[in-house]
Amino acid sequence: MTTLDHPGNPTRIKPTFLGRMHEWIATADHKKLGVMYVTTGLIFFLIGGLEATMMRWQLAVPGSTLLSPSDFNRLFTMHGTTMVFLVGMPILLGVANYFVPLQIGARDLAFPRLNAFGFWLFFFGGLLLYFSYFGAQGLYGMGSAPDVGWFAYAPLTERTYSRGHSTDYWILGLLVSSFGSIATGINLITTILTMRCRGMTLMKMPLLVWLMLIDAVLIMIAMPPLAAAQVMLLFDRLLGAHFFDVQGGGSAILWQNLFWFFGHPEVYILILPAFAYVSEIIPVFCRKVIFGYPLMVAATVSIGFISLGVWVHHLFALGLSPMVNTIFMGSTMLIAIPTGIKMFNWVGTMVGGKIRFDTPMLFSTGFLALFLIGGLTGIMLSVVPFDWQVSDSYFVVGHFHYVLFGGLVFSIFAAIYYWFPKVTGRMMNEALGKWQFWLLFLGFNLTFGPMHVSGMLGMPRRIYTYHADRGWDLWNLLSSIGVLVQIAGVAFFVWNVIHSLRKGREAGADPWDAWTLEWSTASPPPDYNFEEIPEVYSRRPLWDIKHPDDPDWKYE
Amino acid sequence: MSTLNAQPVGAPTPPDALPQTLNSGKCGMLCLIASEITFFGTLLAVYLFYIGKDPVGTPTPAEMLDVSVAPLKVVFNSIFLLTSSIWITLAVRQLARGNIKAFAVWWLLTILFGLEFLVGTGFEWYGLIAEQGFTIRTNLFGSGFYTVVGFHAAHVTIGLFLLSLVFVLTCLGKMHQRHTEKVELLSWYWHFVDGIWIVVFTIVYIIGH
Repeated sequence: MTTLDHPGNPTRIKPTFLGRMHEWIATADHKKLGVMYVTTGLIFFLIGGLEATMMRWQLAVPGSTLLSPSDFNRLFTMHGTTMVFLVGMPILLGVANYFVPLQIGARDLAFPRLNAFGFWLFFFGGLLLYFSYFGAQGLYGMGSAPDVGWFAYAPLTERTYSRGHSTDYWILGLLVSSFGSIATGINLITTILTMRCRGMTLMKMPLLVWLMLIDAVLIMIAMPPLAAAQVMLLFDRLLGAHFFDVQGGGSAILWQNLFWFFGHPEVYILILPAFAYVSEIIPVFCRKVIFGYPLMVAATVSIGFISLGVWVHHLFALGLSPMVNTIFMGSTMLIAIPTGIKMFNWVGTMVGGKIRFDTPMLFSTGFLALFLIGGLTGIMLSVVPFDWQVSDSYFVVGHFHYVLFGGLVFSIFAAIYYWFPKVTGRMMNEALGKWQFWLLFLGFNLTFGPMHVSGMLGMPRRIYTYHADRGWDLWNLLSSIGVLVQIAGVAFFVWNVIHSLRKGREAGADPWDAWTLEWSTASPPPDYNFEEIPEVYSRRPLWDIKHPDDPDWKYE
Repeated sequence: MSTLNAQPVGAPTPPDALPQTLNSGKCGMLCLIASEITFFGTLLAVYLFYIGKDPVGTPTPAEMLDVSVAPLKVVFNSIFLLTSSIWITLAVRQLARGNIKAFAVWWLLTILFGLEFLVGTGFEWYGLIAEQGFTIRTNLFGSGFYTVVGFHAAHVTIGLFLLSLVFVLTCLGKMHQRHTEKVELLSWYWHFVDGIWIVVFTIVYIIGH
C-alpha cells in the first residue's frame, strides 16, 4: 500500500483556489461532507466557547457589570443552542458520514446528493441563527440574538413577550438545520440497512455502525416533533394562532412536553455517538476485542427505546401529579441500567488489556471518568424530591456539562485524534495532544465541579449576577479560573491541528494496528474508498488478515 | 488489498448481507414516511389535547363543521382522495407490465382525483374564511384546524407536483417499464398522504366535534 496509482487522474494538475472551492462546494462525496461537517462544527464550538467564556467572565465576581442582563440572556441562549444544534449534531453526523460507509465496506452513503443537501441545510440554518445578531429587528433596529433560552419556554416566546424577530430566527434557523439532520438520519439508516458489504451481517457490524443506526432512528423519530412544535410556535408569532398563547387558552405546559419529547431523546442522540467512538477506540488501544459485543448492542437498542419515555423528568418542578412523576422517575432510573452495562463493558475491555495511553485512549479514559460522574448526578436528579431541591440550579448545569462536555466533547477529541491520520494521512502530535488533554481535564473539572456546590448552595442558573453575601463567590471564581485553563487546552488543540496538517508524521494506512475496514484503505482514502468491495468473515476483518493462523471467525 | 476478498481456508462462506427485499429506495421512503408520521402525530396530539379547551363564546367545531352541507362536501372530497389510491396502484401495475398508455390513463386519473380533493379543500376554506370569518386567529380550534388540515393539504400539493412531473415525463415518452420501482415509491408516498387523511378526518371531523 505504499503507492496508489489512480487510473482516473494520471497527472495531477495543481488545482486553482477557485477550482478547489468548487470541488468542495459542489461535492456529494461522503468524506468531503464529513470533513465539512466536523470543521463547521468545530468553528461553532469555538464560537459557543467564546460565549461561555464571556458568561464566566461576568460571573467570576459578584455584582459584576461587564455584561448587561439582556446581553447575558442572549449569550446563554446562543451558547446552548449553538452547542447542541451547531456543534454536537454536525460533528456526530460528520463522523458518521465519513466512517459509516468505510466501516461497512461501501463507497458512499445511499443518497449522496441528499447528503450534500442535508449538510447545506445545516450550514445555512446555523448562519440564519447567527444572522439574528445583525438583522433580528429589521434594518433600522439592527439585531439582537434570541434571548429565550435554548428550550424557549412558552409564553416567553410569544409575540407579547418576545418583541422583534429574534425568536423567529431561533425557530427558523433550527427548523432548517433540523430538516438537514432528519435527511441525513434517513440517509444513514438506509445506508446501514442496505449497503453493507458481503458477509457483514447485522451482528458483525462495528459498534460505531450499530450506535449510529440507533442514533439515526432517534433522529428520525424525535426531530420531526420538534419541527411540528416550532411550526406551531411560528404560527403563533407570525399568523396569530393560539397554540402556546395562554390568554387564548393555549398551554405553556404543552410546549414543555413537546420540547422535551424531542429534547430528551436529543440528549441520547448526542451521547450515543460518544459511546460509539469510545467503543471503537478502547478495544484498539487495549489490544482486546470489545467485551460483551451482543450486550452492547442490546444496551444500545434499549437505550434508544427508553430514551423516548423519560422526558417528563425535565418537568418534575412543574407540579404534575405524583403518579406521573413517579412513573418517569422509574423510567429515568431504568435507563441507567443499559448505560451501566456499557460502562462495565468498556472497563471489562480494559481489564487485562495491554493498554497504550496514546491521546485517543487518554481522552476515552477521561470520557469514562467524567461521564460516570455526569451519569451518577443524573441518577440523583431522577429522584423527584432531590430534583425539586436543585431544579434549575447550577447543580443541573454541572450535571449536564459533565455529560455533554465531559462525555461528548472528550469523546469527540478522542475520535479526532484517532481518525485524523485516516482523514489527512498525517498523525497528530502526541506531546501537544497530552498537553491538551491534561489542561482540558483539569480546567473542565475546575469549571464544572464547583458548579455542583454552588448549585447545592442555591445558585439558580441563568442569573447574570449575584450578591456577595450568598457564599457563592469562591465557587464561581473557581469556575471562571477553570475556563482559562480550558482555553489553554483548546489552544493546544488548534495549534496541534494546524501543526499536524503541515508537518505531522506520515500515518500510512493503519497507524494504530486497528481492525475495522476503514484502516484497510489508504489514508486519506481514495474517492472510491475501496478498489474492490471487501468481504468480511468476522467483526474484526483486519485481524483475520493479519492473523490467518488465529482468525476471529473461528470463535464468533 | 486483494487479500480482503480472498476467502480464508476453512472460513464459512459469507452470506449476502443485503436483504433482497429491501433496497435503498424502499428503505429511504419508509424512513421518510416514518418521520412524517411523527410530525403529523405531534400535530394531531396537540389537536386532540385542545379539543374543548377554547374560551367560551368563540366558534366551536360543532358550529363550524356541522353545518349540514359542509361535512357532506368533505366526505365527498375524501372519497375522491381515497379512491385515487386505487387508481395509482392500477397505474403502477400497468407500468410493471410495460403498458405505458394504460399507465398514463390511470396516472392522469390519480392526478385529477387528487386535484379535486385540493380544490374541494380550497372551497371549504373559502367558505370558512371569507363567508364565516373563521381564521387561524379566531381561537384554538381555528389554530389547530388550519394547521392540521393545511399541512395535509400541503402534502397533497407536493404529491400532486411530483405526480404531474411523472405525467409530463410520460407524455414526453421518457417513462419505461424499468422505472416501475421509482414510480412505485412515489405511490407509497401518495398512499401515506391518503392514509394520514383518514386519521385527520377521524380526529377533526368525527372525534373533534
